[in-house]
Amino acid sequence: MSDWEPKIVSFFCNWCTYGAADLAGVSRMEHPPNTRVIRLPCSGRVSPKFILAALRQGADGVWVSGCHPGDCHYIEGNYYARRKFNLMKNLLEHMGLEPGRVQFSWISSAESTKYVQVINEVIETVRKLGPAKDFVKDKPKVD
Amino acid sequence: MVKEGKYKEALEIIMEDLPLPGVLGRVCPHGCENACRRCEVDDPIAIRDLKRLAADMCDPREINVECAATREEKVAIIGSGPAGLSAAYHLARNGIKSVIYEALPQAGGMLRVGIPAHRLPREVLDKEIELVTNLGVEIKLNTPLGSDLTIDDLFSQGYKAVYLALGAHKGIELGIPNERAAGVCQGVDFLREANLTGKTDVGKKVAIIGGGNVAIDVARSAKRLGAGEVTILYRRTRTEMPAWEEEIQAAEDEGTIINYLTAPQEVLVQDGKVVGVRCIKMELGAPDSSGRRKPIPLPGSEFDLEIDQLVPAIGQRPDLSALDDVAGLDISRWGTTDVDPITYATGHEGVFAGGDLQTGPWVAIGAIAAGKEAAESIARYIDGIDMAKGREPITYDDPVYRPIPKDEKVSARAKMPELAIADRAGNFDEVELGYSEDVGKAEAARCVNCGYCCECYQCVDACGADAVTLITHAESTEVLELDVGSIIVAPGYQPFDPSKFDNYSYSKFENVVTSMEFERILSASGPTQGHLVRLGDHKEPKKIAWLQCIGSRDQNKCDNSYCSSVCCMYAIKEAAIAMEHSGDDLDCAIFYMDMRTHGKDFEKFYNRAQDSGVRFVRTRIHSIEEDDETKSLTLRYATEDGRIENEVFDMVVLSVGMETPDGVKDLADMLGIEMTSGNFAAAPTFAPYETSVDGIFACGAFQGPRDIPQSVVDASAAAAAAGEFLSDARGTQTKTKELIEETNIIGERPRIGVFICRCGTNIAGVVDVPSVVEYAKDLPYVEYYTDNLYSCSQDNQEAMVALIKEHNLNRVVLAACTPKTHEPLFQETLMDAGLNKYLFEMTNIRNHDSWVHKNNPEVATEKAKDLVRMAVMKVALMEALPEAELEINQTALVLGGGVAGMSAALSLADQGYETLLVEKNKELGGQALNLYKTVKNEDVQTELKGMISKVEGSPKVSVHLETTLDSVDGFVGNYKSKISRNGNSEDIEYGVAVVATGGNPYLPDEYSYGQDPRVLYSLELDKKLMANDPSIKDVNSAVFIQCVGSRNDDRPYCSRVCCTHSIHSAIELKELKPEMDVYILYRDIRAYGEREYLYREAREKGVFFIRYSVDNKPEVKTGDRLTITVIDHVLEKPVEIEADLLTLASAIVPNANETLSQFYKVPINDDGFFVEKHAKLGPTEFATDGVFLCGLAHYPKPVDESVAQGKGAASRAVTLLARKNISTSGQVARVKPDVCSTCGVCIAVCPYSASYFRAEDERFFPGKSEINPVLCKGCGLCVASCRSGAINLLGFGNDQVFSQIFAFNEAI
Repeated sequence: MSDWEPKIVSFFCNWCTYGAADLAGVSRMEHPPNTRVIRLPCSGRVSPKFILAALRQGADGVWVSGCHPGDCHYIEGNYYARRKFNLMKNLLEHMGLEPGRVQFSWISSAESTKYVQVINEVIETVRKLGPAKDFVKDKPKVD
Repeated sequence: MVKEGKYKEALEIIMEDLPLPGVLGRVCPHGCENACRRCEVDDPIAIRDLKRLAADMCDPREINVECAATREEKVAIIGSGPAGLSAAYHLARNGIKSVIYEALPQAGGMLRVGIPAHRLPREVLDKEIELVTNLGVEIKLNTPLGSDLTIDDLFSQGYKAVYLALGAHKGIELGIPNERAAGVCQGVDFLREANLTGKTDVGKKVAIIGGGNVAIDVARSAKRLGAGEVTILYRRTRTEMPAWEEEIQAAEDEGTIINYLTAPQEVLVQDGKVVGVRCIKMELGAPDSSGRRKPIPLPGSEFDLEIDQLVPAIGQRPDLSALDDVAGLDISRWGTTDVDPITYATGHEGVFAGGDLQTGPWVAIGAIAAGKEAAESIARYIDGIDMAKGREPITYDDPVYRPIPKDEKVSARAKMPELAIADRAGNFDEVELGYSEDVGKAEAARCVNCGYCCECYQCVDACGADAVTLITHAESTEVLELDVGSIIVAPGYQPFDPSKFDNYSYSKFENVVTSMEFERILSASGPTQGHLVRLGDHKEPKKIAWLQCIGSRDQNKCDNSYCSSVCCMYAIKEAAIAMEHSGDDLDCAIFYMDMRTHGKDFEKFYNRAQDSGVRFVRTRIHSIEEDDETKSLTLRYATEDGRIENEVFDMVVLSVGMETPDGVKDLADMLGIEMTSGNFAAAPTFAPYETSVDGIFACGAFQGPRDIPQSVVDASAAAAAAGEFLSDARGTQTKTKELIEETNIIGERPRIGVFICRCGTNIAGVVDVPSVVEYAKDLPYVEYYTDNLYSCSQDNQEAMVALIKEHNLNRVVLAACTPKTHEPLFQETLMDAGLNKYLFEMTNIRNHDSWVHKNNPEVATEKAKDLVRMAVMKVALMEALPEAELEINQTALVLGGGVAGMSAALSLADQGYETLLVEKNKELGGQALNLYKTVKNEDVQTELKGMISKVEGSPKVSVHLETTLDSVDGFVGNYKSKISRNGNSEDIEYGVAVVATGGNPYLPDEYSYGQDPRVLYSLELDKKLMANDPSIKDVNSAVFIQCVGSRNDDRPYCSRVCCTHSIHSAIELKELKPEMDVYILYRDIRAYGEREYLYREAREKGVFFIRYSVDNKPEVKTGDRLTITVIDHVLEKPVEIEADLLTLASAIVPNANETLSQFYKVPINDDGFFVEKHAKLGPTEFATDGVFLCGLAHYPKPVDESVAQGKGAASRAVTLLARKNISTSGQVARVKPDVCSTCGVCIAVCPYSASYFRAEDERFFPGKSEINPVLCKGCGLCVASCRSGAINLLGFGNDQVFSQIFAFNEAI
């Protein structure tokens, strides 16, 4: 397992965190390559099912990031997202998922430095937890 | 380039123009250094010596000189001096081979035979001549032009052209007796022999006549060849001597004696040999034609000098013997050839001339330039094209230079190391040794880059996309003439430069910064990436001070007596952000005079800052001192109770104001725009967007200091004003893009094209692009796959269109940069290929991959494959999405007939739109009916009457008085409402609505209002003034109390207008009765912008301003006497004022807006004002499309701002109306009504009120949820919230996102 690298599915809001990731690129801020980004219009678009699906698909971690509360491009989408995520997190932890497997953050499109700091934290947290097992769908056995 | 150590590149640049860098780097008289702008600081850059360093560090022979393909034509060049070599070099670059005929046994001309080796080592010259011959130039030595070889011979040998560059090798005689005696030798002859053979006859006592470089060269050579005593005789003084100062100095150092003001009269001869020279002393007379003072012999001062060799070196001229009989060749009276000054062509067809032969003896660089020009002429001559066209010398009348920084430090020019004097005797070793690399780099770093671009052309080499080429680089200013019907002037402002305030030492102390610089320090993309540190030592500051009113409200130190309006608010914002960055232990103090937070929601921000610990200190800072070691700053100031404090801060931020730049003043002058005393555009209150010139409108800080929301409002207003002016021409110059008919792909199997962008090396330098392309090949439904160098280039766009058609692709994936910037471009490409633009998915393998994983190329490649796979899986499920077109009803509704509403209605009507103006009162005018005068002393009622009559007279405005709005149905472009008047209801239809419902004065419940007739509120005083009420004349003492009902717990906002209003009324009272005592009791005087002048005028007129604290409000006692008691802020004691009139500056409160808020689904804030779309960028519109906002309903504001906002709202509304129809986005939410459980969550969460329930009586799905695609912005909130799974977001659908999730990890 020494060469195991976590794979993390990220759901980014198009208007802020996706932009922060773009800006980190423009500023050539190196960071680990463990995430795969799915671009969405708003963190409010993230259905809890997406998070479950990613875990089931074998993601070692899920990271959702949107605009700072109050700065939503769609006025208040991220407020709803924040409420949903709090419930979701509690539920997942209640079901036995390690805290840290699923993470949320708020990063504006100007905060490339914060983006790099958070991506490092997310990846390190997941790395410490090791490969995800709980929700992963069994691999089909091929004879 | 030398500074960067790029010697090769430096030589490449030099050799664009001249082939002999090492030679010129030694012998050039560097006239360029006199023009160097470093001279304004100290000494010029050692340009010549740096050129030499480049040639020392890199062998010029190794430079690859690009030459055009070799042609058949050949050219003969006579003379291998600098002119001949330069012509040969430049001809060779043009592909034209030449043969140089040289009379002497060695090549180089005067460079060889005129300049001694101690100045120009032979190997340097040989090397650079070789550089020319390497290009295929042949040099025939010992082949003089003459009877054996005439110019006609050359033509008959097949040469197409001849270039004469024979030089000037013949010494000029002195014209004194015995000049031909043995022992007399011309300077040029002396040098030629010495330089060719290494020796020549040298006397023991040598006298040299002349003051030029030849004289010095002879002297220094003679010394080296063993002469005992060498004397130079020069007829003027050292000041006039044409030789270079450093050469004269070197000659003297080496032992040469120079006799100034001495001229030879006769050569003394014995036995036919020179034994002496008779000289005469001279004195200087009046200046002659050369500008130098003319030497005049002093009679009787003759003396004899004993010598055995005399070398005249007073000049040289061309030897024309070989050119005597050349037809058409004209010789000037100076003995030089006449040529065309631009082409260098002589009178003989195909013969050109240059160098010393043509100019007379001159510098090498001149000859090289002449050679280059001649080469151009010869090339054109051979091609048979006009030789002169486009070659007129360019003169720059007004060159643009970067100003030299005021704080540029003086630094000494690098000294050239030299051979020790003792080591020079008896040899011709080079004396100047050249700079070392370090010294050279330091010298090059002295350059102040005054030319902006140094034309190193490194950008041309670096640009892989060929966007910057030599041709585009050479583009220069072009004058364009534009045909316009109206002009909007928005040139902005400049931040005040505080370096002129010596007491703040901005330019001296590194930790005193301007607010603009501090903004950059706070910015995530700033110099410290948002880390709040001091720039000098990178320490985090613990204490920061803001100093307000730097360059504002100040007549002593600068002329800006206005208030800059924005600085108080931005200082608070900066302090708040600084605390967010550094935590609560950061101590922020703002030193101010009046805190002016008069903008919408600004007062609340101010209150929050106070609560979170920002200190507000009311004082003006006297001076700042810096600690030498810690670089911290001590502020000295007086506290409110009169103590002197010294407080140390780590940083000081100067809150600099706004001012109009000189260039803008010139522009205004040119346009004839009248300016105010503060240098802002003057405008009437009822037309604030106008300038004094018809058809020219203004907006932004050009009109006066203002913040972003106000600037945006003004901009919209100016646009509307121009729109009214040009409404007849609307749409006449627009172009419509031709739309390609869309291919129907329904039912087709996905045929996906995958395009991987290399982005030059941006992606391909890290990600293994070919392997990603190879990988894409095997993904499902992929029919075509390729990579592009730059996907976004014009030619590639066209190629993509062709490929989509050729391969019949119906979905496209592009792996490239970020869709945030480039998606629309490629969607257009799809449309050009006849595909629906939503059949496209872009994935980001640059910003998110190659740029950030460059040290991990293998993993980056894997990541790129994953991202491409996810995109392919998603795009396979994409559908063609329709963009419905909706017609917009061309009628506008304006709610409210006050100044703002009328302004909006008039503008809409004047731009050609039918407008319904609904007013609940009996007459138009709103609150302005109660106002007396504007702050600019215009009579409000006169202006208002004019406005009302325009509205009533407008054929496009239908006014509905005493009318209310009863219902609103529909959405942008298609509204339906009921309005009623006296119970009679009417249905109206309209496309857009402007909300201008205004506000009201707050009726005070304090200060005995309503209990005493002497207590009024502001508008009541205005009424008295309007009516010319005689009782005012009886008033001996008048008091104003500010902030009545504003800035308190009930209404925590500033009503913006009251300070100026009270000050203006106070002045009015003083003018009516100068002996009246007038007091204004205030908390902060908020006379923002140029209103500050009124504040000053009131103080000058003797109005008393007494500040009170909110915890200690004034007390009013009524009875026979009306007394007001207030604690004076200076005396700190209660002051009792007896008054005959007390005016309360009461707040502005909004109308009850709740019903309207529900009608249009637009929000109101805690204070009851409407909430605009965006506080800064959308101040005149709502988040809901088609509804606009202006006037007091938005926030309290004076008349001019209401007029501007009304017009601004109309302007925004017209952007919709003018389109006539709108197309909805395809990426909207859609309900499956059969799944909907009618829970209503989607309706509750939608920020845009796009969700609604179908009517219960509808035939299909009654009562189920439905989403209006026109209002939907596609955020997807309802989709993620729908508990029945009934809603899907087109373009980001559940199945599409799931397909991405399922595809992220291929192994599973």
